[in-house]
Amino acid sequence: MRKVNQRGWFFVLPVLILVAFNALVPMMTVVNYSVQETFGNNQFFWHGLGWFQDILRSERFHASLGRQALFTFMILAIEVPLGVIIALSMPRKGFWVPVCLVTMALPLLIPWNVIGAMWNIFTLPDIGLLGYFMNHVLGVNYNMTQDPVAAWITVIVMDVWHWTSLVVLLCYAGLVSIPDAYYQAAKIDGASNWSVFRYIQLPKMKQVLTIAVLLRFMDSFNVYTEPFVLTGGGPGNATTLLSIDLVKIALGQFDLGPAAAMSLIYFAITLFVSWLFYTLMTRNDTQ
Amino acid sequence: MAKITLDKLRHSYMAAPRGAEDYALKEINLDWQDGGAYALLGPSGCGKSTLLNIISGLLQPSEGRILFDGKDVTALPPDQRNIAQVFQFPVIYDTMTVFDNLAFPLRNRGVDEGRVRSRVGEIAAMLEVTEMLNVRAAHLSPDNKQKISMGRGLVREDVNVIMFDEPLTVIDPHLKWKLRSKLKELHQRVKVTMIYVTHDQTEALTFADQVVVMQEGEVVQIGTPVDLFERPAHTFVGHFIGSPGMNVLPAEVRDGAAFFAGSRVALEGAIDAGEGRHEIGVRPEFVRLAAEGVPATVRKVMDMGRHSVVEAVAGTTRISAIVEGPAPGQGETVHLAFRPDQTRLYRNGWIATSKGRAA
Repeated sequence: MRKVNQRGWFFVLPVLILVAFNALVPMMTVVNYSVQETFGNNQFFWHGLGWFQDILRSERFHASLGRQALFTFMILAIEVPLGVIIALSMPRKGFWVPVCLVTMALPLLIPWNVIGAMWNIFTLPDIGLLGYFMNHVLGVNYNMTQDPVAAWITVIVMDVWHWTSLVVLLCYAGLVSIPDAYYQAAKIDGASNWSVFRYIQLPKMKQVLTIAVLLRFMDSFNVYTEPFVLTGGGPGNATTLLSIDLVKIALGQFDLGPAAAMSLIYFAITLFVSWLFYTLMTRNDTQ
Repeated sequence: MAKITLDKLRHSYMAAPRGAEDYALKEINLDWQDGGAYALLGPSGCGKSTLLNIISGLLQPSEGRILFDGKDVTALPPDQRNIAQVFQFPVIYDTMTVFDNLAFPLRNRGVDEGRVRSRVGEIAAMLEVTEMLNVRAAHLSPDNKQKISMGRGLVREDVNVIMFDEPLTVIDPHLKWKLRSKLKELHQRVKVTMIYVTHDQTEALTFADQVVVMQEGEVVQIGTPVDLFERPAHTFVGHFIGSPGMNVLPAEVRDGAAFFAGSRVALEGAIDAGEGRHEIGVRPEFVRLAAEGVPATVRKVMDMGRHSVVEAVAGTTRISAIVEGPAPGQGETVHLAFRPDQTRLYRNGWIATSKGRAA
């Protein structure tokens, strides 16, 4: 048997302590809240799994989970194919490469609540560039503070504008790593453009695409700042996504127990779906 | 299958080439016979890959034409030239099985599935990869991947030429000779014109019937491996081919005779008329230690098993000799004799003696 150098643990220890303090300990306090009830005065009573049962049966939770699922589904359905298409049409060498890359990277550099504020002003019906153009030039009635459909479209377009670049940059990195010989061989083999995409570009992009899908899933499923700044969850509850709802319960109503239970369920769903995506997308690699 | 003609081919990677030095290929005229095995041999950067890419259509030449069986194909894209190319690094389609990889060029051309199956079966048997047909190509070893790339070239029956661009670069040394002899065998079986690009003389000389030696964008000599060895047309060929390469000795020409270090050297024949920088070329195989001849000091002796390579210095010129039997010790003074019928004069690098006529 190989001798294991146990001193290695000492090198891991600092990170372990750091992670414990910034993730494990806070999370354990959430677990702690989720199984207790309080009536103030810092007095807590054991409540078992009561909050979890309440949350899982709550129509309000179902509604925001449904909105969240729809939002994430639309984000992935639009941003991933769009990102791939943009990456494929970007030049591979020459003057335009840095121009494209910098342009693509710009939205990623803007702080999240600045994006929300930007789009809020951009879409104001009377003074915003887009809002004014839609209402007064095209004559389309567009007001996302009153119309749920307009609000949804705006939230999604904003996210696409903000995050498609991430998919583009990851895919582009995958594409430029393909040696010219592959394209030359495909040309000689008489492959169509579709075959080149299907058998050369897509397989080479697969790993970065897996990462892109995972990141976009996690980020869009946990999204808070941008839709909150843009719509505040409205009109009504139309764009109240899970995280927005959670903050309303935790900090608006100060229901610590239900909010803690909801946080853990939320976390479990994110973790499970991420695991599912990863397993499904990498299952062929070992065959 | 086709005869390939290169007609006044020139290529420059620059937009506006001025002098000859701006050209990666300097005027090439060549005829390659149908079904031949050719090698393009030269050091890195001599333009051989450029020439290959021009023939395959991946690159458009600046000037000149390429003809397949007399038909001008200069403007045709690679897929319409009916050629196949095997690259330095094996190109395989990772997600497909070996079978699908081999079938790919046929399926793209709409060949019916029954024909595809029998053809892939034949090629797989030839390459000895039949038992791997259902394996995902990504899991193969580099030499098998390279075999599959070759297979994709062989699978089409109508290919005009198959080109190999240093195909053994990433192959382990002990597998190189195996693939090389496989390739030779394949050529004898399918009789397709093959062009093999390499900077390795062993690969070129073992594979090809005719070797084209290139240097700095120019064809220096075309000939059989024996021609190149026995009668190099240029000192570059003499030096590049052979191990060790041909001895090139600075020479003087007076009254129709050649002199090295003051003593007269007998040549294979009469010296052609002309002026320039003269050198005497003689291969180490034809230099022998004798009682009299050019005096030299032994600098180094390498024991190669069946023979020794003796490196001696005459004045400031190094001369190698291949000696069978007992070799002299380091520092000893020896006399070197050159076999006259294998000793030639070169003028400005090019051969300047004619064989046979008395000197």
